[in-house]
Amino acid sequence: MAYPYRHPSETLVLSQYFGDPEARTLKGWEARGGYQALRKALGMSPGDIVNVVKASGLRGRGGAGFPTGVKWSFMPQASEKPHYLLCNADESEPGTFKDRELIRWTPHALVEGCLLGAYAIRAKHAYIYIRGEFFEPAQILARAIEEAYAAGYAGKDVMGSGHDLDITLHLGAGAYICGEETGLMNSLEGRRGEPRLKPPFPAVSGAFGKPSTINNVETLIAAVHIVQNGADWYKQWGTEKSTGTKLFCVSGHVKRPGNYEVPLGFNFKEFIYDVCGGTPNGKAIKAVIPGGSSVPILTADELDIGMDYEAMAAAGTMLGCGSVIIMDETTDIVKQVRRMVDFYSHESCGQCTPCREGTTWAAKILRRIENGRGQPDDIETLLQISDNMSGKTICVLSDAAAAPITSSIQKFRHEYEARMGAGAPVLAGVR
Amino acid sequence: MAEETTAIETVTCTIDGMEMTVPKGTRIIDAAAMAGIDAPHYCYHPGLSSPAQCRMCLVEVEKVPKLVPACTGQVADGNVIRTQSENALKAREGVLEFYMVNHPLDCPVCDQAGECKLQDYISAEGPAMGRLKEPKRVLGRDDFGGDVLFYADRCVMCTRCVRFMREVAQDERLGVVQRGSRNVIDTFFDEGLDGNLWADNIVDICPVGALVSKDFLHKARAWDLDRTPSVCPNCTQGCNIRLETRDNQVMRIKPRPNEEVNSHWMCDFGRLNYQWINRGGRIEAPLVRDASGRLSPVSWSEALTKLADALRGSRAGAKAVVSPFMANEDIGALRRVMEQVGGGSGVFRVETGEEVTLPGFPSLKLRTDRAANVHGAEAFGFTRTGDADGNGGIADLSSFDGTLFVLGDELADVDATFGASAGLFVYVGHFLAPAARNAHFVLPATTFAEMEGTFTNVQRRVQRFWPALQVPGMARPAWQILGVLLAGIGDEGAPGTAADAFHALGSVRPEFGTLQWADLGAGGALLPQPAAVGAGTQG
Repeated sequence: MAYPYRHPSETLVLSQYFGDPEARTLKGWEARGGYQALRKALGMSPGDIVNVVKASGLRGRGGAGFPTGVKWSFMPQASEKPHYLLCNADESEPGTFKDRELIRWTPHALVEGCLLGAYAIRAKHAYIYIRGEFFEPAQILARAIEEAYAAGYAGKDVMGSGHDLDITLHLGAGAYICGEETGLMNSLEGRRGEPRLKPPFPAVSGAFGKPSTINNVETLIAAVHIVQNGADWYKQWGTEKSTGTKLFCVSGHVKRPGNYEVPLGFNFKEFIYDVCGGTPNGKAIKAVIPGGSSVPILTADELDIGMDYEAMAAAGTMLGCGSVIIMDETTDIVKQVRRMVDFYSHESCGQCTPCREGTTWAAKILRRIENGRGQPDDIETLLQISDNMSGKTICVLSDAAAAPITSSIQKFRHEYEARMGAGAPVLAGVR
Repeated sequence: MAEETTAIETVTCTIDGMEMTVPKGTRIIDAAAMAGIDAPHYCYHPGLSSPAQCRMCLVEVEKVPKLVPACTGQVADGNVIRTQSENALKAREGVLEFYMVNHPLDCPVCDQAGECKLQDYISAEGPAMGRLKEPKRVLGRDDFGGDVLFYADRCVMCTRCVRFMREVAQDERLGVVQRGSRNVIDTFFDEGLDGNLWADNIVDICPVGALVSKDFLHKARAWDLDRTPSVCPNCTQGCNIRLETRDNQVMRIKPRPNEEVNSHWMCDFGRLNYQWINRGGRIEAPLVRDASGRLSPVSWSEALTKLADALRGSRAGAKAVVSPFMANEDIGALRRVMEQVGGGSGVFRVETGEEVTLPGFPSLKLRTDRAANVHGAEAFGFTRTGDADGNGGIADLSSFDGTLFVLGDELADVDATFGASAGLFVYVGHFLAPAARNAHFVLPATTFAEMEGTFTNVQRRVQRFWPALQVPGMARPAWQILGVLLAGIGDEGAPGTAADAFHALGSVRPEFGTLQWADLGAGGALLPQPAAVGAGTQG
């Protein structure tokens, strides 16, 4: 079967060259219109680029959905200090695999996005922080960067414009928290991957203590298309507040898992049942996590909503980074939540007490419940632990760990109760 | 000058209903402290950076959606801050419960029991019961080298120790390894903390019993100790300390904050060098050489009457050896006695060693001279003699036939004939070494730990210390002995208190006359330079 599967409902902007090996090379990329946006940007002022991106309504695709142009405009305009653009290619949330695919198929798009973004925020140096485990994408990206330097798209006096734009690929050692923007900066500087307290915000004091902007891979590539084609062109897709297209990565009990690019606001139910083909054996869907494991779960009857930031928020969850995890009726919710909390417990940097102790404790209780040794007050304890973990730490990892606990208890409390002392097999030590 | 006249910008806030005006940029935790409110905290320490990671000091600030860590949040104008709001208390109770998830309940054996911040906060505002049903995590313990043992299970991961080594000692030997609840403090190198002279400060700043001193381990319970403010006697830095005592023994020495001298820190040399203060075998009664040539114990009045008589008959100058471990009052009183008997020269001997700076607070050093009052002795006109070990240099006194005073110097290295030819040999000190047995008068004095007095440190800061130990036998402060003696040979009254003795110093050294005892307080006061004093008095 040809890779990747394409559904007619998709709108291919970012992912149009997925599966096209020629697009990876500089020659192939130039033949597909590559680096035209950078050439165009270098003819504009940085402020004009920021305005175009602002006008497009592009929101950060890393999960928080903060308007990209506004973020860029936070960078000091007349500063003597060097500025940095940091590209977050760490991508470590369970269920998320869109950025590595963008890098794998269109590495030059990211290189171009980084150079363009750096120019827009008056930075001369961009860093791409990529997860060390992404060995193959990192190699592909490294080759693309070399090609870009050789062709004069990066380095000194880019395309004769008089601007110097450098780009460095930095491989992390692999920690979820190194994908958090301040944890990423610490890691980039060679320190322990621990988030920093804000303020100061990165635009004031970021990497190496200098003003920095951090953008997701998908965001920077989208910015390339916006600069090339204009804000109005981009706004033809999406909703009023959530413009453009977005890559959704779909996994779990689904007939056609993979990456799909659809306009924001696309109907979620239609997306799951039509675009992704529903569950493999036609079994009923029990629950869906719409935006990566850190966002609240939706039940099957809550799916008739738009795939945009506002509609998801209205439904009590988040669009996140667009990682759709589908669970059919055979799914053991308690086990799934325990596995997620285990993950966060493992990945907690351990700085803040509520996160360090709370994630591990919650995982222990969940494991006990899973093994049929739950006690009557365990659910209440879990809810209180989650409350004590939420909003009380430097970063939001502990909130991320608490969200699946609280939303699953809220929506599947009966499953927890059914496990309480139900004599379920004790599978000590089995993960 | 312009800077001095610039008014400090202030902000006004309300903390727990109390309105107060504080300098702009003041942290909430400091503003609360000014109002007498203790915001609970572990990771915050005034001598270190604030990572705001323990999450204990979360307080509610009106109109701010999330709770704010008081250790990093700055007071803004108009802030209404509540440290005791329902939300803040609930958050703190939650954090305390999280701490208790894995903290072992070994208070009965933990060295920190009685001064453990976890114990304090749990009993003040922690949950009544822990809800953990699983076994606690066990990380074990580790010998960090030097004087430090690490009990990993008791650690609350406040990282004060890591930050001390990084920011203050600037010898980054500690780090956090692993992640999440597997986090543990560890040393990077095989030698651990060995060889770092400042490492024991991490024991002081550890808010729980995770870092303990091997020297103090299982020696005493914290609540059994009496604590007396004092000054470290072991070098000329004059670090402000507490002598922590039990059963009339110094059990340990802890630094006492004084931003002008030692901030919150002190070196391990000073801290661990306290056994000499506990040494037994002291002279306990005044001894006077009788007609048969033997030293016999007598009453103080008899000893001092006879000594005054003897001194009245020998006004032909004197020589003296003093110890730089003696107080200003002691040495100054001896100088006055010497002036009464016709003047004379005096020396002191001091052990020296390598100077070691604390990089993060460079004015704090383990100083070369390993005695507290070298600068006091010099101020009173005593000159340095002897070798680097504090020995020798007084051989010429063996043949001296005038009046010889020895104050505090143990004469341990001197042969038994020392002072034998002196017309009058007065020994005021603590131990009866062979050389001291030649004295005509042996007068038992107290050490600094048993009396009130002052030392002059390397900055010429005069600092008070207070009595921490019971006096052995009939021993008295040397200033008192010499003061009574002065009254006997002169026409002034004897000093009744250390304050009297201190104020009498102005008559021999005018710069001391510029300081008032009451103004010395707990932090000391700087002695003016002698030249400046001279110019002033001439003017």
